[in-house]
This record gives sequence, structure tokens and C-alpha cells, in this order.
Amino acid sequence: MTITGNGQLVERTTSAGPWRAFLAVLGRDIFVTGKELPAFLAQVLVQPFFFLLVFVVVLGRGGFVSPDYGSIMLPGLLAMNAMFAALQAVAFPLVFEFSWSREIEDRLLAPMPIPLVAVEKIAYASLRGLVASVLMVPIGMLMIDTHWPASGLGPALLMVVLGALLGATMGMVIGTAVPPRRINILFAVIFTPLMFTGSVQYPWHSLTDLRWFQVISALNPLTYVSEGVRAALVPQVPHLPLWLCIVVAAAAVVVLALLGIRGFLRRALD
Amino acid sequence: MTNQPAAEVRELVKRYPKSPTNAVDGLSFTVERGEVFGLLGPNGAGKTTTVGVLTTRVLPTGGSARVTGLDVVADAVAVRSRLAVVPQRVNLDRSLSVRDNLIFHAAYHGVGRAERNCRADALLDRMGLQDKAKAVVDDLSGGQSQRVMIARGLMHRPEVLFLDEPSTGLDPQARLFVHDQVRELRDEGVTIVLTTHDMDEAQKLSDRVGIVDHGKLLTLDTPGGLIRSLPGCGTVEVTVAPGTESADELVARLIELPGVERVEQLAAAPPSGVPSDMPPIPNGPGRIAAPPAPAGVDRDIRLRLYVDTEPAALVGPVVALLGSHDAQVSDLSLGEPSLEDIFISLTGRDLR
Ligand SMILES: Nc1ncnc2c1ncn2[C@@H]1O[C@H](COP(=O)(O)OP(=O)(O)OP(=O)(O)O)[C@@H](O)[C@H]1O
Ligand SMILES: [Mg+2]
Repeated sequence: MTITGNGQLVERTTSAGPWRAFLAVLGRDIFVTGKELPAFLAQVLVQPFFFLLVFVVVLGRGGFVSPDYGSIMLPGLLAMNAMFAALQAVAFPLVFEFSWSREIEDRLLAPMPIPLVAVEKIAYASLRGLVASVLMVPIGMLMIDTHWPASGLGPALLMVVLGALLGATMGMVIGTAVPPRRINILFAVIFTPLMFTGSVQYPWHSLTDLRWFQVISALNPLTYVSEGVRAALVPQVPHLPLWLCIVVAAAAVVVLALLGIRGFLRRALD
Repeated sequence: MTNQPAAEVRELVKRYPKSPTNAVDGLSFTVERGEVFGLLGPNGAGKTTTVGVLTTRVLPTGGSARVTGLDVVADAVAVRSRLAVVPQRVNLDRSLSVRDNLIFHAAYHGVGRAERNCRADALLDRMGLQDKAKAVVDDLSGGQSQRVMIARGLMHRPEVLFLDEPSTGLDPQARLFVHDQVRELRDEGVTIVLTTHDMDEAQKLSDRVGIVDHGKLLTLDTPGGLIRSLPGCGTVEVTVAPGTESADELVARLIELPGVERVEQLAAAPPSGVPSDMPPIPNGPGRIAAPPAPAGVDRDIRLRLYVDTEPAALVGPVVALLGSHDAQVSDLSLGEPSLEDIFISLTGRDLR
């Protein structure tokens, strides 16, 4: 096709533009991750590795925890890893990019709608969460003795993807709401409670005698991801029904995505 | 399309949330294709805000803004592909090398792989940054960052380039380099909107200058036109050795002269014979040291008279008046008004 006039050329680039820009920005994030691969691996694998080491290997040795605790914990860790790797991949960079470095400005000036810049962040972070979770599988398999039914792998993957999306959207809400001066309180008042009330280290049904904690756990969307992964991979352990886990996790993703993108727009445009 | 103005602002109002006043308050101007348009104003005048609206980063509260005929709110995406911004503060991508900053910027704008590689090298070359291609952004000096940001902006061949205070914080060499680049870009047909509070810069670079303060446009014309708009307004600078009367007394008398608006006492007198706006000649090796100043010289005072008539018409009266008070005039020069005079006369002397 020959381009006859300037107008036609411009029209063509603008119609193909947004998604091309989207992919280019995603390419930038993946390129940067590639450059910092060891840091990425350390960031996503060290913590769950130590969880397994201490709770399963060390405590299991002296009989402080039952021998099959590992098979309860590993699915929870897959859920936690998916969510937190994604959450951190959005929340921290956002706080910095909007305030000190301002480097997000160049992406906000790319020929794409601003919400798409937010969607890219969510997509990239979810990818990161998914990879972090999947990488955890061989490590877990080497450290503990467990068996997963093949039929559970599909649903487990779905739950992990939902967990990653949940973390990414939650990260966007946090990253656009927290002023940079307050970033250090994120760990203490947000991350730690989220991590320990998300049914990662315990099955939700085991809390029937600790009603208040069961209620708090039910309010943490991570619970539904952990329980969902458990429902898929270790169905013999009492768990919440898989459909409920999918519905609640998906609903949380939608709500948090809307809130997060709204926050992003508020920060991106004065 | 191409006969639309490069940028157009109509009755633009911007009030930031929680702010009691408008940062931009009913601003209107048009930037023609191919011109260098200077937006001049004191700190807080609303220059960056205006650029922010035109570059789709700030949502207008009222009025409209268009770039190449497209509305910045309704057609934000298309507008972004036609402009580039070099912001007041560095916003380079710190996770990427200098060259990758250019490459990825071009990728965002849909420039093909071969072209963006080739263009990145050409622009790094043009900006004198070849040896910084692999450097990380944190290791750049202010002037280098500025040049990288200009190169980045040019990667996608914008029609309009916005430069927000392009030479603040740069040394004279870097400033001249940026000025040369602005002229070259203009010759290539790129429209440039630059904000500054540097008069020289505005006067040297701009085809037209708009002076803004408190978010309002005070005047808009070519630099020459602005200067002519204050007819007969100029300065008379005299260096005198006061006789019986003190400097303050002389000032009080001069201000009585018809046509004199204001008298300012300037800093210490320069060595006689050197034009007042030239730096003193250093005593380099092999240079004969200047003879010790005669006793009277360090009592010399320099006065600048701001006049509202032809400066030349005041030479006689000034010399006569000073003579009649035993003050000896050793140097006298007439000054045409500069953009700075106009700026000060329009925006006042208060600090923002
Ligand atoms: N994000 C913001 N939120 C609230 N107020 C703002 C914001 N940005 C600018 N302002 C206010 O708007 C007014 C205009 O600011 P602006 O940055 O446009 O001025 P400027 O002409 O660029 O000044 P300078 O020469 O100092 O860069 C100022 O009073 C400033 O305090
Ligand atoms: Mg400014």
C-alpha cells in the first residue's frame, strides 16, 4: 500500500497504535526483568523456600508438625507466591515511578489510553506472579513428599493465575494509594497480615474452633486462592469448594482492578 | 490537517484540586506551524501547567486546548503520537541504558526495529552522546540527561516539541548547544514550544513570545515587537565621581528630572574605559598589570536611570544636572530596553 498523504499515514499508526504500544511497554518490563534475573529469582523464591525448610523439614524432623503438613503447606505457598510476587511487582515500582523517578511519564505519553498503561502493569505483574509460583513447584517437590492428581493441575493453574491477578490488582490499589513517605509501613501493616491470614499455612476448615480467626481469614481473598489450589491438588484435605474459590477470587480481581485503575488514573493525570 | 495550527489554547483554565486559585486562568494563544514559541513567566506563572495540558498530562478545568488540530482531551492518544516533551525534571527510565531509553521510547511509538536502531545512533551522535550510549541514567550529569531527553523526544519524529525550561541548570556550553539544537530543529520544520524565565533565551530563540503571570497572558508578540511596544523606554547609565553630594542625594535629584522614572544604584564601578557589561580583563601572564587606580576612582558610583522618553534626549539634562552638583561624569551609555525591562514592567518585582 502506498501512503498518499500525511493524514493517511497518521490514521494508520493511530489505529494500530494502542496495542502495539501496549506490547512495547510489556516488552520493556520483560527486558528489564531479563537484565535482573538473579534478583528476580531471589525475590520470589527465597522466602517460600525458607517457609518450607523451617515448617516442613526442620519442624517435621522433631515431630512438631505432622508428616503430611508439607502437602498442606505447599499449595498454600504456591498461592502466596503468585499473589505476593505480583503484588510487589506493581506496588513498589508504582510508588517510585510516580514520585521520585517519574519514569512512568514516558509510558504515559505513549500513544495508548492511560488505563491501558495500568492494564499493562497488571498483566506484567501477573506474569511475574505466575512464573514465581510455577518455579516453586520443582523446589517443593524436591523438599517434600507429596502426590498431586493429574486432573487437579488444570484447576490449580487457574487458581494460581487468579492469585497472580489478585496480587497485581491489589498492588495497583496499594501503589496508587500509599504516599511515598509511607512506603515502609506497607510491610508491617499490610503485607504481614495478608500473608498470615490467607490460609496459606493452615486449611481454612481447621479453624472451626477459632471462630474469630476463621472469620478474618474468610475476609482475606488470598484464602480463596490457597483453598482453591488445595482443592485442586490435595482434595483429601478438607477445603472450601473449588467453585466458591473461583467465584470469590474472580470477583475480588474485578473489584480491585476497577479500584486500582481508578487510582492509577488519579495519579497519572493532574 | 497540516494547515491547522501546531497548538492552540482557548480560554484555558486549570485549578488543581484543593487549590484556592487557578494555576492557569483564562489563557488563549495560538502556536503556528514551524515557529519557535516562547512562554515566558516568573516562577509559578503556570507555564508547566500549560505545557502539561497541551501534552495531555494535566486535565483542563475549563476551556480547550488543541495540538495539530486535535483536542488534547478527546483525542489524547493521537495527540501523544504527534508531540514530544522534554520536561523540567529528569524522567528518564533508570532501569535502562541511555541508548535503550531511546529505543524503547521509539518502540512505544510504533517505530520499526531497524529504523529505531538507526535513528538512536544518529541522535546520540547528534547530541554528542556516542560514548554514553551504554551508560546508566544515574551516572549522567544534568546537561547530559537533558540531551538524552531531547534525543528521546526526537525518536518518533514529533511535529511539536515542548521544551520546559530547557536550559535551567546548564552551563554556558550546554546552554548554547541546546540553543543550536532548537534552531536546527526549527530549520527542519519542527514546531517548538519552550518555556523559560531566561530573557536572553526567549529573545534569542523565539519567533514569538507570550508573557504569562498568575496564569494569564499579559502580552504576546515577536521579541522585537515587544521591545518596540514600550516606545522611548530605555536606560541611561552614568558613572560619576560625586563631588560635594552623596550618592543618595544625587539619586534624589536625578529622579526629579522630567522623563526619569526610576534610578537604581548599581554595584561597584568597573575599571574606567571598559564597557560596563564586559567582564574585567584578567591579568594573565605576560600582561602588564593595570596601573594603580587613581585615588578618585574607587569613589565612583554607577547609576542606571530608567526613562520613559528617548534616552538620548536626557543626556544633556543629566550631565548638566550632575555637573552643577560638582559630580564628574566619567562614563555614560544609553540602553535600549530589553525583554527583561518589559518582563519586569509587566510582572513587577515581587518574589514568587
Ligand atoms: N500538581 C500540582 N498540584 C497542585 N498545585 C500545583 C501542581 N502543579 C503546580 N501547581 C501550582 O500551580 C501553579 C503554577 O505552577 P506551574 O508549575 O505551572 O508554574 P511554572 O510557571 O512552570 O513555574 P516554574 O517557573 O517555577 O517552573 C503554582 O502555584 C503551583 O504551586
Ligand atoms: Mg515550570
